[in-house]
Amino acid sequence: MEKFLSFDDIQKSLENRETDCKAIVNYYLENIQTKAHLNAFVEVYKESALEQAAIVDEKISSGKAGKLAGMVIGIKDVLVYMDHESNASSKILKGFKSQFTATAIQKLIDEDAIIIGRLNCDEFGMGSSNENSAHGRVLNAADEERVPGGSSGGSAVAVQANLCTVSLGTDTGGSVRQPAAFTGIVGIKPTYSRVSRWGLIAYASSFDTIGVFSRNVQDNALVMEVMAGPDNFDSTVSRKDVPHYSELLHFDKRAKIAYLTETIESPALQEEIKENTISVLNRLKEEGHQVDEVHFPLLKYVLPTYYILTTAEASSNLSRFDGVKYGYRTPNAHNLESMYKMTRSEGFGEEVKRRIMLGTFVLSASYYDAYFTKAQRVRRLIKEFTENLLTKYDYIIMPTTPTTAFKFGEHNNDPVAMYLEDLFTVQASVSGVPSISIPNGKDKKGLPIGLQIMANSFKEAELYAFAKYLSEQNSNL
Amino acid sequence: MLLALEASIFETNFIEQHEIIKNMLSAEIKDKYELVVGLEVHAQLLTKSKMYATDSTEYGNLPNTHISVLTLGHPGTLPKVNRKAVEFAVKMGLACNSQITRKNIFARKNYFYPDLPKGYQITQDKDPICVGGEVPVSLSDGTKKSIALTRIHMEEDAGKSMHLAGEVDTLVDFNRAGVPLIEIVSEPDIRSSEEAYAYLVEIKKLVRYLDICDGNMEEGSLRCDANISVRIRGEKEYGKKVEVKNMNSFRNVSRAIEYEYERQIELIEKGVEIISETRTFDATTGTTASMRTKEDLNDYRYFPEPDLSPVVVSEEWLESIKVSMPSLPRELHHKFVNEFGLPEYDAGVLTDSKEIALYFEGLCKLTKNYKAASNLMMGPVKSYLNELTLHISDFPISPERLAQLISLIDEGKVNFSVATQKIYPVMLKEREQSPLTIAQNLNLIQESDEGSLLPIIESVLAENEAKVAEYRSGKKGLMGMFMGQVMKKSHGKADPKVATKLLAEILDN
Repeated sequence: MEKFLSFDDIQKSLENRETDCKAIVNYYLENIQTKAHLNAFVEVYKESALEQAAIVDEKISSGKAGKLAGMVIGIKDVLVYMDHESNASSKILKGFKSQFTATAIQKLIDEDAIIIGRLNCDEFGMGSSNENSAHGRVLNAADEERVPGGSSGGSAVAVQANLCTVSLGTDTGGSVRQPAAFTGIVGIKPTYSRVSRWGLIAYASSFDTIGVFSRNVQDNALVMEVMAGPDNFDSTVSRKDVPHYSELLHFDKRAKIAYLTETIESPALQEEIKENTISVLNRLKEEGHQVDEVHFPLLKYVLPTYYILTTAEASSNLSRFDGVKYGYRTPNAHNLESMYKMTRSEGFGEEVKRRIMLGTFVLSASYYDAYFTKAQRVRRLIKEFTENLLTKYDYIIMPTTPTTAFKFGEHNNDPVAMYLEDLFTVQASVSGVPSISIPNGKDKKGLPIGLQIMANSFKEAELYAFAKYLSEQNSNL
Repeated sequence: MLLALEASIFETNFIEQHEIIKNMLSAEIKDKYELVVGLEVHAQLLTKSKMYATDSTEYGNLPNTHISVLTLGHPGTLPKVNRKAVEFAVKMGLACNSQITRKNIFARKNYFYPDLPKGYQITQDKDPICVGGEVPVSLSDGTKKSIALTRIHMEEDAGKSMHLAGEVDTLVDFNRAGVPLIEIVSEPDIRSSEEAYAYLVEIKKLVRYLDICDGNMEEGSLRCDANISVRIRGEKEYGKKVEVKNMNSFRNVSRAIEYEYERQIELIEKGVEIISETRTFDATTGTTASMRTKEDLNDYRYFPEPDLSPVVVSEEWLESIKVSMPSLPRELHHKFVNEFGLPEYDAGVLTDSKEIALYFEGLCKLTKNYKAASNLMMGPVKSYLNELTLHISDFPISPERLAQLISLIDEGKVNFSVATQKIYPVMLKEREQSPLTIAQNLNLIQESDEGSLLPIIESVLAENEAKVAEYRSGKKGLMGMFMGQVMKKSHGKADPKVATKLLAEILDN
């Protein structure tokens, strides 16, 4: 029987002394074992999780437990955890153990969360299907012949299949929201700079965020409020106060909502997703909210802008993986240049190499202005448009993805078709605004559909409240 | 932990020996061409911690003892700007009259090398912290010139690759990786190797006055690359420039410039085109040779560093840095000439080093005989320090004591040579004794009262009656001889001024 489907459940069971943390961890460990074929977990910290559970149980009985006591969390394999291996799902970091812990993880541990293991993902967070992983592909529990989405596919499936209470993912262009949509759960990308990036293995520094997967909005909000906030190790993180999101979930206002013609009318959009999105918009109208259609002519530039800028940053961020200091070094080289070339050729996967080459190209002297400079300008336009729109409207609503989960190998021969999976998620990434994906019914094949909601920067509290309101309506249908 | 790389990885023979120019160019041909030089000086900043990490910057420790996850570029690490380094860069800019950039954006310079842990250097590209400015220099013939600066920017140092003899592996020491640097880039304003030398001396003086760099070129805390070209005199366009590296002393910078000047002229005279390239200087032969590395083709792919927020130099911060600025050499030079009335030469020598200048300035608060103070500093004090290679901070005589010595001279109790040759050597050893006590103990106080000098003078005149007659008949030159006798009889203690006066009075009556 499925248990512990929400942190609320867990807390109630703990309060009633029906269970303890050790039992909760054991329950998840058993699930992980039963569902091992999904390949969500790369490594399970069985012993340390049980040890930590015992400590938290002790704290609970002495009344000193933190606010995440009883919560069991899985972490994406791009977040470092001291003395534990971190590979970013890449051969190039094989055997690499971090000497420090990511700030986001440390803040959760400080509130007595239990870290149960690390989760599979696309290599360095690059991918939309979790097929680009040195640890192998992850199966979508809704249909095991289909992808879970990416890049945080393992993190999504771990929550979908109830292998942990919540999980951490990272979202650079949709890597939390898209797999959340494909697996029928809640996933947030917070405002850029809301959560410290210290300990996040960088893909594209000016886009990377740490997000949360959960089965409900309440749990998501709680984890985010613990994780967000200032950090001395990250000079780019916001110093703004973090509201108690989990206590601000009540929604009773008349909202102003925009939807973008170009998303709803996109030829790439799957029919059932379009229908479900429109029906939400209609329902909101009926309930007295203001719902307006807005044109977003820049939509067609969003993906190219995103891919130019993120690959440029990635080509530089991944330079450190050169075989000199740590991780994989080729055994076959005879001089410095061949060591570099072979280490990197053998250590990185195809998609990562493609993006490094693309990024190196757009930064090269002869093409810099044509690509990088221009993309930076377009980014500013998209950001301005989005922020302006979000001062006139409280929320922008759109589908999270153009399609539901596709089959393994479906896009393998066409990287551009794969990039189109991010069509709707990259706008928030390029603009830096927060965005959440919540379940919005299923398609004819029974595959989950996601609904995406965006709010203005640092409006996570408003975003969570509205997402909870919509989720409750959706589940009542 | 030493990191090993296979030795054969490094191809050491990329220095192709250049043929030494055998035939000296005629002065006539040389004169047709003008030398154009711009210098890029890297100064290692004297901060306690690194540019973007908290590791120590201390020099001379065991390899890889000042490293952390940040210095090694471990995944998940993020840089953080050392504000002290920013302050030091601003100080240098203020000292050179540069414009200070308020919003400082950092940039990544991408290239692969084993001593560069992240695969990129965090530097500044389009928005250097200091824009423009100038460095005034004085040349040996007395001409003054101002060398304009293009910019000064902040960046981090790389580690050190060590190709040790007998080692199979190449080793990398990351202690230096991340140490803060400023790069001072001059305009191509330099027209001779002497100007280049004078410019470097000035830069070194400035960084030492500001206490931001120890200015030691041999140890690498000051490094210089030269961009050298030649053109026909009167030509407006610059010639193709050659960048010369690996000159580890000011003298070698001069030598490299001289060599390049001749090499380039010779090539042009032969009708061979100069290629823009990077060349390395060989101190043993005094020549430069092309560095056939791939670096020539490097495209550094600069772009704004997304891991650092811009560092803003606020009005308050800038003011507090201005307030903390020490006196600069040119300010002290001006003061020494205009307030103390010293010759330009003296002011130049005295402001050579900050510590000497400050000692001298302190001394001049205690005496008004500035010229005597200057003579003491430039003569006996400097030669004592030079002889023992001591620093002025180790000088055993306090400004107070030195001022007392000057007073003895001023009061006519001893003359300058007695003061420097007899009293000063004792002062160096006997810190407790005042110059007056020393002079008294050694019985060196000058006889300056007429009562005690008169008998000596009279006896000298009595012993030299014939000479006195000669003097009186017009041989005035004999005065020196009488004075010599008086000094001899008084064992050097006679005050020359008083003795001369008395002698003249007696002889001329």
